[in-house]
Amino acid sequence: MGSSIETLVNKEYQYGFVTDVDSDTLAPGLTEEVVRLISSKKAEPEWLLEWRLKAYRRWLTMTEPHWPNVKYPPIDYQAARYYSAPKSVKPLQSLDEVDPELLATYKKLGISLTEQKMLAGVAVDAIFDSVSVGTTMKEELSKHGVVFCSFSEAVHNHPELIQKYLGSVVPYSDNFFAALNSAVFSDGSFCYIPKGVRCPMELSTYFRINAAETGQFERTLIVADEGAYVSYLEGCTAPKRSTNQLHAAVVELVALDRSTIKYSTVQNWYAGDKEGVGGIYNFVTKRGKAHADAKISWTQVETGSAITWKYPSVILQGDNSVGEFYSVAVVNNKQQADTGTKMIHVGKNTKSTIISKGISAGEGQNSYRGRVQVLPKAEGARNYTQCDSMLIGNKCGAHTFPYIEVANNSSMTEHEASTSKIGEDQIFYCKARGLSTEHAISLIVSGFCREVFKELPMEFALEAQQLLGITLEGSVG
Amino acid sequence: MLKIDNIHAKAGEKEILKGISLTVNAGEVHAIMGPNGSGKSTLAQVIAGHPGFEVTSGSITYGGDDLLDMDPEVRAQKGVFLAFQYPVEIPGVTNAYFLRSAYNEIRKANGQEDVDPMDFLDLMEKKIKLVDMDPAMLHRSVNAGFSGGEKKRNEILQMAVLEPKLAILDETDSGLDIDALRVVSSGVNALKRADNATIVVTHYQRLLNYIVPDFVHVLAGGKIVKSGGKELALELEAKGYDWLVDAA
Repeated sequence: MGSSIETLVNKEYQYGFVTDVDSDTLAPGLTEEVVRLISSKKAEPEWLLEWRLKAYRRWLTMTEPHWPNVKYPPIDYQAARYYSAPKSVKPLQSLDEVDPELLATYKKLGISLTEQKMLAGVAVDAIFDSVSVGTTMKEELSKHGVVFCSFSEAVHNHPELIQKYLGSVVPYSDNFFAALNSAVFSDGSFCYIPKGVRCPMELSTYFRINAAETGQFERTLIVADEGAYVSYLEGCTAPKRSTNQLHAAVVELVALDRSTIKYSTVQNWYAGDKEGVGGIYNFVTKRGKAHADAKISWTQVETGSAITWKYPSVILQGDNSVGEFYSVAVVNNKQQADTGTKMIHVGKNTKSTIISKGISAGEGQNSYRGRVQVLPKAEGARNYTQCDSMLIGNKCGAHTFPYIEVANNSSMTEHEASTSKIGEDQIFYCKARGLSTEHAISLIVSGFCREVFKELPMEFALEAQQLLGITLEGSVG
Repeated sequence: MLKIDNIHAKAGEKEILKGISLTVNAGEVHAIMGPNGSGKSTLAQVIAGHPGFEVTSGSITYGGDDLLDMDPEVRAQKGVFLAFQYPVEIPGVTNAYFLRSAYNEIRKANGQEDVDPMDFLDLMEKKIKLVDMDPAMLHRSVNAGFSGGEKKRNEILQMAVLEPKLAILDETDSGLDIDALRVVSSGVNALKRADNATIVVTHYQRLLNYIVPDFVHVLAGGKIVKSGGKELALELEAKGYDWLVDAA
C-alpha cells in the first residue's frame, strides 16, 4: 500500500473543478445556494443538480432520527462547511504537529513516513513517477472494459449509467442522512463491470481518493452487469483524521442477474481522544440490490470512529439471490456503535447469512441491530444469523436488537447469539505459555473473529488482525 | 534451579502461603501433597506468576535470577511451565496455532528464528504420540469441547512440545481414569532429563506410583510440615493427613 498512496495524489480532482480553487472555502451553513454552488463547481449536468435540489428540499422536511442506542450532542447542520476544495485545507507543517498517539499507531502498523504525513494531513512535497501503480491498474482494467473512477468523473463520462442507477437502491428520501448526502455529496467511487467480466483485481479506494483530505459526504455506486464479478475494498487500517466530524456516506450496489459483488471495509477513523472528544461520527447508508441468481457480500471491520451507525443491507429482489453480512465491530474507551444489517427477502428461494461479532472494551457500548424480513411472496427464504458479543473488562456494554419479520410460512430463519467475557484466566493461560498480554488478547480476539476475517481479502485480513490487537491494547488491566 | 525462600502469599486479604521454603535441583522430581485448602495450587500458581496472588514477603530465585521480578510470559520463555488444574478454553484458536505461537515466542526470547509451520506440524504430530491423542485434535480449538481427561493430556502435549526446564503439574491427575493416568504419566516420564525438573502437585499417592518422586513435601495450612522421600507418600496413603496437620 505504500507506493500506491504516493500515486493516488494525482489528477483526480481536476474533473469537476473548472477554476483553481485554492482560496475557495464557503462560509458555514447549508442553503439551496450552497447546493447549487457545489454542483456548479463540479460542472454537473442539469439533471443532477435537480436531483440534488429535490434531495435538499426533502431533507428540510425531515427530522433527524434518534432511535439508535448511541448518545451524542446535537449536530448543528448550519455550522459545518459544505464545500471546500482540497487544496484549501491548510496542511500541517510537520509530523511534530500531529497527535503523538496517532503517530504511535502509524508506527505500529509499519506505515512509511511519507504515508504518515499524507494520512495526518501534513504537507507533502511529492514528485511522482509518471508510471504509477494507479496508471498501470487503469490500463489493465480498461482492457477488460471495467470502469473504475471517481463519481465526479463518471457523471461526465458515463452519465447514462449514473442516471439509471443513482438512487435506485438508496433513494434520496430514504432517510435523513441519505437525503443530506444526496444534496451535498462531494465525491466517491464509481465502478461498472460489463457483462460476464470477472474484474481481474481487487479494486481499492486507495487508487482513487486523495487520502490527505477525505470527503465528508461520499457517494459510491457499483454496478455489476449480468454475470460479472467484482471485489471492492474500502478503507485503510491507518487511523485517518478529518477536519469534518460528521461523515455520512452513501454506498449503492447493483448486482444484476448472476453477478457477484463483494464489498469489504476496514474502517479505522479517528475515534477521538481517551475521552472520546473530537472523534468522527460515521453515519453511513449502505445497501445492495441483488437480482436473480446474484450475490452481494458485505464484510466490515469497524474499529474506529467515535460513533459508528450503519446497516449494510441487501434487498434480495431476484429469485435465488444471496446476501451475506460479516462484521467485526470494536468499541473501546468511549466509542459507541449501533450497527448491523437488513436482509429483505423478496424473490423466491433467497438466502441470507449474517455473522456479527461485537467486541466491547473500556467503556465502549456496542449494539447489534438487525432486521430479517421475509415478504409474503418470498417462498423458500432461508436466513442464518449468528450474533456474538465479547466483553473485555467490566465497564463496557453489548446490546442486541434483532428484528425478525416473517410473512411467508415456507421460509426458515435461524438466530443464535452468545455473549462471552475475555477472562483474566484466558490471558494468564496464554502468558503462562510465553505470550505477552498484547499477543494474548490479539490471539483470543482473532479466534473470536475468525469466521469474519476469513471473508476478507488476505491482505486486509492480516492488517485487520494487527489493527484489532492495537485497538484493544491496554483494555485488560 | 529453583529456590523458594520463606514465601508468604495472599489472595485478596487472605494469607494462603505462610512461609514456604523449597529447593529444586535439575534432574529432580518433587511431589507436593496435602489436604484441600493447604495452598498447593497457590504455590504452583505463584511460581507461574498468576496475578490473583500477591507475594508479601520472601523470594524465589530461578536459575539464579529473581523470579518474582519477571512477568509470567518471561518466566515461560525462560522455561517455566505450569500444567493447569483447570485448563481454559480459547475458541477459534486451534491447538496447532496456539502452540506454534507459544513455541515461536520462546524461540524469539532466546534469539532464535520462528519455526517453519510445516516443520512444526511434523514436530507436533511426533509429540502427540506421547500422549496418545488423535492428531486431528491439533486442528480443534484449544480445549474447546475437550473432556477433562483430554484437557489434561493436552497440557502434557504442550509440555512435550515446549520442553520446559521446570514443569509444575497442578493436580494433573484429578479427573483422570486409570488409563488416562497411565498415558499422562508415561508422557511426563518420557520428558524427564538430567537438565530439567518437575514439581508434581497432587492429593493422591496413586499418581506417584507412575511418576516416582525423589522428594515428597506435605503442605498444610500454608506451610511445609514434613518432607521426605517417596516412602512418605505411602505413609500418607496409609495414615491420611490428620497426623501431620494436627502436629503442625
